[in-house]
Order: sequence, then structure tokens, then C-alpha cells
Amino acid sequence: MLLQGYGTLLAAGALLTLKVALLSLLAAFVIGIAAASLKLSRQSAAAAIATAYTTVIRGIPDLVLMLLIYYSLQIWLNDWTDSLHLAQIDIDPFAAAVLTLGFIYGAYFAETLRGAFLSVPRGQMDAALAIGMKRQQAFRRILFPQMMRFALPGLTNNWLVLLKSAGLVSLLGLDDLVHAARQAGNATAQQFLFYTVVALVFLAFTTISQLALRPLQRAYSHGVRKAQL
Amino acid sequence: MNRLSRGMIGAMALLACQAYAQDTIRFGVEATYPPFESKQADGKLVGFDIDLGNAICTQLKAHCVWVENSFDGMIPALKAKKFDGIISSMSITTERLKQISFSDKLFNTPAFLAVKKGSQLKATPEALRGKRVGVQQGSIFETYAKKYWAPRGVTVTTYQSSDLAYADLVSGRLDGVIDDAVVLRDAFLSKPNGQGYEMAGPEIYDAAIFGHGTGIGLRKEDIALRQKLNSAIAAIHRNGTYDKLAKKYFSFNVYGK
Amino acid sequence: MMELIHAYWRNYLWSDGYVISGLAMTLWLLVIACTIGFCLAIPLAIARASERSWLAKPVWLFTYVFRGTPLFVQLLLIYSGLGSLRAIQASPLLWDFFREGFNCTIVALTLNTAAYSTEIFAGAIEASPYGEVEAGRAIGMSTWKLYRRIILPSALRRALPAYSNEVIFMLHATSVAFTATVPDLLKVAVDVNAATFMTFEAYGIAALLYLAVTFLLVGAFRAAERRWLAYLQPLHHH
Repeated sequence: MLLQGYGTLLAAGALLTLKVALLSLLAAFVIGIAAASLKLSRQSAAAAIATAYTTVIRGIPDLVLMLLIYYSLQIWLNDWTDSLHLAQIDIDPFAAAVLTLGFIYGAYFAETLRGAFLSVPRGQMDAALAIGMKRQQAFRRILFPQMMRFALPGLTNNWLVLLKSAGLVSLLGLDDLVHAARQAGNATAQQFLFYTVVALVFLAFTTISQLALRPLQRAYSHGVRKAQL
Repeated sequence: MNRLSRGMIGAMALLACQAYAQDTIRFGVEATYPPFESKQADGKLVGFDIDLGNAICTQLKAHCVWVENSFDGMIPALKAKKFDGIISSMSITTERLKQISFSDKLFNTPAFLAVKKGSQLKATPEALRGKRVGVQQGSIFETYAKKYWAPRGVTVTTYQSSDLAYADLVSGRLDGVIDDAVVLRDAFLSKPNGQGYEMAGPEIYDAAIFGHGTGIGLRKEDIALRQKLNSAIAAIHRNGTYDKLAKKYFSFNVYGK
Repeated sequence: MMELIHAYWRNYLWSDGYVISGLAMTLWLLVIACTIGFCLAIPLAIARASERSWLAKPVWLFTYVFRGTPLFVQLLLIYSGLGSLRAIQASPLLWDFFREGFNCTIVALTLNTAAYSTEIFAGAIEASPYGEVEAGRAIGMSTWKLYRRIILPSALRRALPAYSNEVIFMLHATSVAFTATVPDLLKVAVDVNAATFMTFEAYGIAALLYLAVTFLLVGAFRAAERRWLAYLQPLHHH
């Protein structure tokens, strides 16, 4: 067999990588919306905290943050449960990885969402309110569609970066696709074959993502004129 | 059962017997080290350490859970309570005793340098001057190489696990790898890609750095667990289980001096 | 914490006594990869934005593959994968090059940043205001002159914010170099952690150093934006 019996291991690893990526996306999106709203809020304390969060997190490599948070999370939780004399709550590696990735990429999502929100010309909102729309209506019919046009490329990009970052969880000891390929490659001395397989799997993931998101991007970009080169 | 119920029962157990999950012992292992611990293609953990751990649990009538972790992250993970004991061919050294405690000795095997056949290299700093040697990060071999060889002009490179070092030895990036003699034999020299390689003497040993054998790594405060494990180790020696398991893998006395 | 800094500060910053390590190595990787990547990206971007599909398609394939796969996997492919091929090991020239973890890392980082930069510059070129291009053609500029005088200066300015992002991503991306045994900043942190088991401190110091360099880069790019994108700055009150 081409994969020399390691097919099941690789498939299981690929599934795990995908699960980590999708769950982290959810976590990151939720944290991102919260942080973006805080940053745009009028209260300077909330905005300052959110700004500190996005600035610090985006200033440190995700790998370094992953290593830093992954071990510290459990130690801090242990200290907390110990001080309350509760039984230890175990964070399993999968959950720790998802929380870590979600926390890191929440900062990137926050910036994308905030940038998109600010990119819509102020006049649009003013005009909508002037013709008598309520705030909710204005947001839904005027602000949001235009915001999505600016946000989608950024969000697509954020998702792709997150997906590729999920390939690093093997360095946290998780049994993902890269870890499986490493074991298979080193055992059979055919690293080139197995890493090519990994690359192709990731390529498939990113291609499917882009294909799924392109119709959306096109729908939100109607009527924008491009130059003729 | 949801997290809350589990947590409450755990809390009650804690109050009742002052010990976390007395029926389950979690051992941390990095399964890249045959014949002591390795992973088959189907994902099953096998090896001498695995068998010993399971035998100890049977002796204690406890349930064994094996948690995989990288070797260099083993001690922090133990302290973070990701598991209760380390069975991963971890040598009992004075340096490690500062951080954790150990059970009684499990086994003791020598260490050698693996080199390409015909390269005429010896395990001495003079012979290896200007050459590259690979070691596993966090291992006693790393401590040894960095202390005695690196200052004498040998390039010492560390790897997350020894199979990564072997891969670089095979591809020619390294001129030698220091590792446990039995592991060298089983993980590398007896495999197809290890055919052109051999062990070069002299035996690598330093009493201070190497200690006298491997043991189960434990948190310093888990005194009760240590006593239980030590009594189990003594029991499996007495009833012949240890010898039976050792004969499965080794033709020599692996318990050592 | 203080003993850790006292014992290892030199490793973190520039050398472990034997080779360049730590921050110096990280910055060295960044400078080389970004410089070569930038030089490769401009011709590639022009080809990518071109209407001729025989020019655009191959470049598209290149950026598609390198942006669609993680840098970590690309590095593993070049370091472990190419290193395991008989063909590479047999040729002395190729082997001398790919034998070194440093070279493999540079190749992977360069190709990766070239792919992303190509897409950024191509996007900026495609976003050229159609009026400028028409005007240039109308007064009889050749294509070469058109690109050199009108399109590229304009496009590079437009691309500056996105490119500054890319450089910062590159800085962060260099942290995977430690898997190719290159002693960069993260590897020093991993080594210190293995030696002292003070995980939070070991990685925390590395994180702070990355943060500091990121801030410096952001500041530098902001100054560049003030100079080259001056026409976009908010008006001052006179």
C-alpha cells in the first residue's frame, strides 16, 4: 500500500486537526466580537483592556503563546482549585489547545471586525438615520452588508491562518496529522512521501475553505470597479 | 455524567480519602523509545516500561492510564498534575531529584554512541572534534555531551525525541547519536535504515550525571503513592513477574548493578 | 526569575558561546528571508497581475501551494523530506546546502514570504486606479516605463500596510525554525525550559522579546507610512 499501513493513523490525525481548527474558529469568533465591541465602546477602561489584549497577543508568535499558555493553564487552574479545596479539574490536551488557539486568534478576529466596521463611511450610517431608519434597521440593511464586504477577505484570511496554525499542535504533544506523518516518516525513512501527503491534505482543507467562501465574497462585492491592466 | 457531577463526586472522594482517584494511576510516557516504550502502527503502546507499569498496577489492583507527553516536557507536566507518575526511561539523577522524587530503580542500561560503520569514530571528544553529535533534549545524554564534549569542539545538537536524531544521522546531518544501548539496538540498529551503523565505544558513563538507573518519577508530595509503588516493585521482583517481562525483551540482566 | 535572566541573557540575545543564537539569529533569519522574498515577489507580482494566463497561472500555482500549506509543514518537507531523498544526498553541491538546518529554514521562509508578498503586491497592482494607467498609455509610455514610473510606486505605497503585516508575520513565523535545529529565540527558550523547568519564565522572556521587536517594527512601519502615504494622513489643524 502506498502509505504502508499508516493510512488510518494519518486519517485520524487529519480529523483531529480539523476538529481543533473548527472549534478554535468558534472560540476565536466569539472572543473577537467581544473584544471588537469593547474596543469600539465609549468607555475608555474597556477599550484600553481590549487594546492591550489585541496588541500583546498579536505581538507574540502563536507558537510561543501556545507553549506558554498550554502548561500555564493547567497550573493556574490547579492553584485555583487547590486554594478552594476542590478536586482537580483536568483540562484535557485537546481542550487546552482549542482554548489557547481561540484566545490567540480572538485578537486577530477582533482587529478584522473592528477594521471592517470602521471602513464603512460614516455618511452611510448618518444617511440611514436621516431617512428615518431605526439603529437596528440601519445596522442590518446598510452597515452590515458593507461591513461584510470589507470583513470577508480579512476573516477568510484569519480562518486560513488559524487552520494552518492548527498544524502546530503536534508540538504540544497532540496526536494530529503532522505528528502521525512524523512517526510514519521516521519509521519508514520516507519522510518526503508523508510530508507531501500532509501538505496535500492541508491544501485540500484550504481549497475547500476558499471555494466555500468565494461566492460569499462575490455577493458582497457587487458594483466595485477594477482597473484594466 | 456531566462535568459538574464528576467534579462533585471527585470533591467528595477528596474529602473522604485525601487522595486523588485512588483507583486510577496515570503514567506519563513518550512512546518513541523502543523497546522500553513505543507505539505500534495501530496506535497501541508497547514496551518493557509499559509492561512494568501495567504489572505494577495489577499488583496494586489499580487501573493504569497512559498519558503521552514529550520527554522534555515530562517534569513540568507531572507538576501540572497531567499525570501522577513518569515511566519513560527517566534516569534517577541528582539534578532531577531537586524537582521531583523517584520510586525504587526499575532498570539500568549503559549508553553508547551510534556512528556510521567504517567512520572510525570513537566516543571521545578528541575523536569527535569538529563533528556533530545529536542527543535528546532533556536527557542525561544531553547533559553529558554539553558538559564534556561541547567545550572541546564537538557540535552538540538537541532534538525533541531520539527518533528525530536518528533520522538526521541516517540523512548524514549528524556524525553520531548518543543514546541508551538497548534503545539504539531496537529502535535503530536492528531496523532497515540502521543497517549501515554501529555502536562505538567506549561506554559513556558519568556517575554524577547518569545516576544509577531509571525509576518512576513522582511529585515530591506524593509520599503515599511512592510507598505503594515501591512495595509493588518489590512484589513483582519477588513473584518473578519482573524476570518474566525482562526475558521477553532482553537476553542480559537489565536490572543492572 | 532573576537567576534565570542572569544565567541565560546572553543566550536569549545573541550567542550561546558557540554559535549565534536567540534574538540575533531570529532577526538574521527575518532580514535574509524578507529581503530575498521581496526581490522575488515584485517580478512575480507583475506576472500574477498580468492578463496573459501563461504568465499568471504558474505564479498562481506557486502562491496557491505556499499559501495553502502551513509554513511548519513546508519546513518539514524541505528539512526532513528533501534531506531524506537519495538524489539530494548524492549530489555534493545540493547536500552541502540542504545539510544545514539554517539553509533549509531560509529556503522555506523565503518561498513562503515570496508567495504572500506576491499576492499582496499583485492585489495592489490590480487596484491601480484605471485613470492613471489610461493616462500613462495615452501619453505613449511603454509598458516597462508604465510599471516603473506609475504602477509600481503607487502599488507599493498601497501595499505598505498589508506588507508591514506580512513582515511582522514573518518575524513570528521564524519561531518554527527550532524544529530544523536552528538556535533561534524560541529554541533558546525551549532549552532553558528543559534545563530549569521554569516554563512560564523561560517562554515569557522569549514572548517579551518578540513583543519588543514587534513594537519596534510597527513603529518603523508607521514612520514609513507617514513618509510614503503622507497623502492619506489626517489633516492637521492649522
